[in-house]
Amino acid sequence: MTRDLDLLLPSPHPVELIDPTGRTVAEATRELPDDAALLRAFAGLTTARRINDQASALARQGRLAVYPSSHGQEACQVAAAQVLTDDDWLFPTYRDTAAVVLRGVDVAEAFLPLQGAWHSGYDPHEHRTAPQATPLATQLLHAVGVAHAARLRGEPTVALALCGDGATSEGDFHEALNFAAVFRAPVVFLVQNNQYAISVPLARQSVAPSLAHKGIGYGVPGERVDGNDVAALLAVLGTAMARARAGEGPQLVEAHTYRMQPHTNADDSRRYRQDDEVAGWAERDPLARLETWLRQHDLLDDARLAAVTADADQLAARMRTELAGDATPEPAELFAHVYATPTPQLVEQAAVVADELSREDAHR
Amino acid sequence: MTSTATTGHEKLTMAQALNRALRESMAADDSVVVFGEDVGALGGVFRITDGLTAEFGDTRCFDTPLAESGIVGMAVGMAMNGMRPVVEMQFDAFAYPAFEQITSHVAKMRNRTRGTVSLPMVIRIPYAGGIGGVEHHCDSSEAYYAHTPGLHVVTPANAADAHRLLRAAIASPDPVVFMEPKKLYWTKEEVDLGAELPGIGRAMIRREGTDATLIAYGPSVPVALEAAEVAAQEGRSLQVVDLRSIVPFDDETVCAAVRSTGRAVVVAEAPGFASVASEIVARVTERCFHSLAAPVRRAVGFDIPFPAPKLEHVQLPGVDRVLDAVDDLQWDLS
Repeated sequence: MTRDLDLLLPSPHPVELIDPTGRTVAEATRELPDDAALLRAFAGLTTARRINDQASALARQGRLAVYPSSHGQEACQVAAAQVLTDDDWLFPTYRDTAAVVLRGVDVAEAFLPLQGAWHSGYDPHEHRTAPQATPLATQLLHAVGVAHAARLRGEPTVALALCGDGATSEGDFHEALNFAAVFRAPVVFLVQNNQYAISVPLARQSVAPSLAHKGIGYGVPGERVDGNDVAALLAVLGTAMARARAGEGPQLVEAHTYRMQPHTNADDSRRYRQDDEVAGWAERDPLARLETWLRQHDLLDDARLAAVTADADQLAARMRTELAGDATPEPAELFAHVYATPTPQLVEQAAVVADELSREDAHR
Repeated sequence: MTSTATTGHEKLTMAQALNRALRESMAADDSVVVFGEDVGALGGVFRITDGLTAEFGDTRCFDTPLAESGIVGMAVGMAMNGMRPVVEMQFDAFAYPAFEQITSHVAKMRNRTRGTVSLPMVIRIPYAGGIGGVEHHCDSSEAYYAHTPGLHVVTPANAADAHRLLRAAIASPDPVVFMEPKKLYWTKEEVDLGAELPGIGRAMIRREGTDATLIAYGPSVPVALEAAEVAAQEGRSLQVVDLRSIVPFDDETVCAAVRSTGRAVVVAEAPGFASVASEIVARVTERCFHSLAAPVRRAVGFDIPFPAPKLEHVQLPGVDRVLDAVDDLQWDLS
């Protein structure tokens, strides 16, 4: 099956509906989402920002082992969670904890890995949210598989798979796009192009016209969107999800955004980028621009803002409480989930650990 | 042996037995899907999936793009979402592109998710030498998988076990790396198609013997049996244990066998350094030290890349290498 190249090509410029100053973009190529969707997104953005601030603070205090902040990328987090139905699956990366929480996962479970207590803390089936992926792009293939299985059974599920700009250099990114296209799997790939893979800038990842163009070789339509404009993200992702759900196959969406903070709290971003570059992106902040737009359209006043902020504060308070204690599972659990039934060898080894620990206790 | 069709016994090659196991599993459970490279119309390069697309349709048995990481990664997602994928890696060394998916995801998903996500999937890998295959077609790659916690690794040595073990692997709630000794694909034997499925993880005594124990798996089992036959003619009684399952490892059967003879040789094709054979030597030595009359020996492949076809006989452990190792078991000291 050949496809018209024009149908695959991303638009010449990223789709933008609300500009960085908070004004509606004239001659926009998509319709703005309705007021309710934008108000919900604003609440989501406020929550996501608060999650990032609180988690970074907890990491500084040593309550979290590590935190890869998505500060500045919250519009992608919010839109990703907001376009999903209960039937759909989210495939997040390690930087997408805000999206995981917005999907409904409890903070105590979502932050378990960041506490250093276990590799993932929630039941993926409960919220149809895959474990956050630390290897790059591997989860995109899992999304294709989940979507293909659903399609074989005639279910309306769409998988939304997230990755970053660096991950588009990995083989699994390309295999996932190709498999999704060949099997017409209902998958939407959202690349959060935050300009850096830890320290390596986009220019060293790719000289393609854009990351969205990488879909063309696989027959996957690409689209580019201002990743700090949640309205544009909702519009573009919403269309892609609907298209996938209707059986029209996968889509690749590249969101242009910026990681405002270091890769993690252990990183030193001053070694590879300039402050003025960061300052330039601060002016494109996703939260500020939507707030301006909502106020200009009389959809947000101080009272409403206070209510939204209070909800976010409540979640932050819950994070402080929930993440204050030690949630580390018992060591015996290390042997419990390797197989459905532990092998005889693991039963023996678990007994060794129990014995070692009992002697440690006796020495205390 | 004669074919006794009335009791469900049939004379089948290992390839046919594997095909029957796939067919039966697919008929019994709609969630079983088979995919990989050339597994559809062609029926696989070894014809293991022959006729499955015709019988079950191309949503149940289908060809994929030629990308092994993609095949295994997609299987992970399908297994997460209610299916039981059985994927074929065309040859041992062609599975390496899928190594990250296998070791980082297939093996770890259950543990990562604290038991909430099972991956009931089978990765079939034709492996090892003995068929004059070209480069990258003859690797004994079992140690890579056996070394990775979270995977079951099984390898049949005859048609009957191939049939039963594959059905058990597909029914397993855990991922199974199913290693098929390709040189045995065409060996025929009587298969009881109605036989009860063995649990994965039990070794079997293939030949009784009293002087020493040969421990073998997959392609090396017929070599060990032949060596035992030759030894018998020379007056030495060798017992042969067929592991069938590398993970889980059947310490009980293996150690009971070694204790009964007091001497052991491990036979395997893979290069010996840091191998499954090394692990077996260590386990047996740790557990059976006081029953051993001699150090446990290995008759294994050399630590070289697998040779080109005209030199593969140098690498493969044959009867002589096995019997030389047996000769070294300090008989003069007993």
